[in-house]
Amino acid sequence: MTNPTWQAGVYAALKAARISLIGYVPDAGHAHLINAAHADPAMQAVVLTTEEEGIALSAGAWLGGQRAALLMQSSGVGNCINMLSLPLNCRMPFFTLVTMRGEWGEFNPWQVPMGSATPGVLTQAGVHVRRADHAEDVVEMVAASAALAFDSQIPVAVLFSQRLIGAKVFVKEAAQ
Amino acid sequence: MSLPNDGTLDRRVVVATLLRDPGDLLVVTGLGAATYDAGAAGDRPTNFYLWGAMGGAAMIGLGIALAQPKRRVLVITGDGEMLMGLGSLATLAAAQAPNLAVAVLDNARFGETGSQRSHTGLGTDLAAVAAACGWQTIAEARDMDEVAALRSRLRSEALFAVLRISPEEKPRHLPPRDGAYLSDRFRRALGVVDL
Repeated sequence: MTNPTWQAGVYAALKAARISLIGYVPDAGHAHLINAAHADPAMQAVVLTTEEEGIALSAGAWLGGQRAALLMQSSGVGNCINMLSLPLNCRMPFFTLVTMRGEWGEFNPWQVPMGSATPGVLTQAGVHVRRADHAEDVVEMVAASAALAFDSQIPVAVLFSQRLIGAKVFVKEAAQ
Repeated sequence: MSLPNDGTLDRRVVVATLLRDPGDLLVVTGLGAATYDAGAAGDRPTNFYLWGAMGGAAMIGLGIALAQPKRRVLVITGDGEMLMGLGSLATLAAAQAPNLAVAVLDNARFGETGSQRSHTGLGTDLAAVAAACGWQTIAEARDMDEVAALRSRLRSEALFAVLRISPEEKPRHLPPRDGAYLSDRFRRALGVVDL
């Protein structure tokens, strides 16, 4: 299961980076961040129907002088590709936290193709990719990656490995 | 080829009417003819033209509206661009930004690629879609009196409007297309460049 300590640290890192708008397509691995965002009167949280909406939302926020982040699962990365031309052409920051599926104890084979392709697809599309495998690294990685995105005005993704967030349990008896 | 539900409005006149005396209105345009129409109506630093990112116009408008709650934001786009971002109609309705309006120039065609019939020419009613997504305020315009009435409503209400334009193609008017330039000048005009 997820460790709320590092998740709380990640949320604090987003706040420290002056991110005040979060777009998300829900994922169990992002549940803590989503709940924290909705509970925080100083954070706007926007639920999306598909992940590329979050790229356009982030671009609009930047135009208006606000910093945004997109929370999504690796399966959503494939929905984003053409929209990534927006921050790249406009020399805008884009910052996303991606929970990985299909790579560590995955039960659902439908998650494997996009999970396997995620780092390569993002890199090919011009996004700088960082990957967090260990809880002790993740908060610092999020903070440094947010600084990279917003200070250098480039697209940056931090992948939260499935080992870090814990594989989704489909058959609860089997987990005991 | 004419279709039974073809509009008759002149798109250039429609957009020039909507953007007349823009004041401090912030404008986002969807790629293709909506961008050319807005450019023809008068280039301004607070016009953000899309030349790509199809389906993203309304969501960019939402991002600006949330970041600038004291300013009015108007998204002007075409039926094809709105159809590609159809889910964003639900996202915008759920987000309920009171300072954001969307105007769709509907010619029932993909004008940029050879005027192939679009879904709005094949039965999809974008105003009805928006209503079903939860938009509370919806309007349609089929003549210039209705367009003139929409001009002020689009600057004061959280309005989704469909304007039935003619399929006639206009000469291309090409506003700036360098995204970094468009982004930087927009942020400078808002005074947020150091944020």
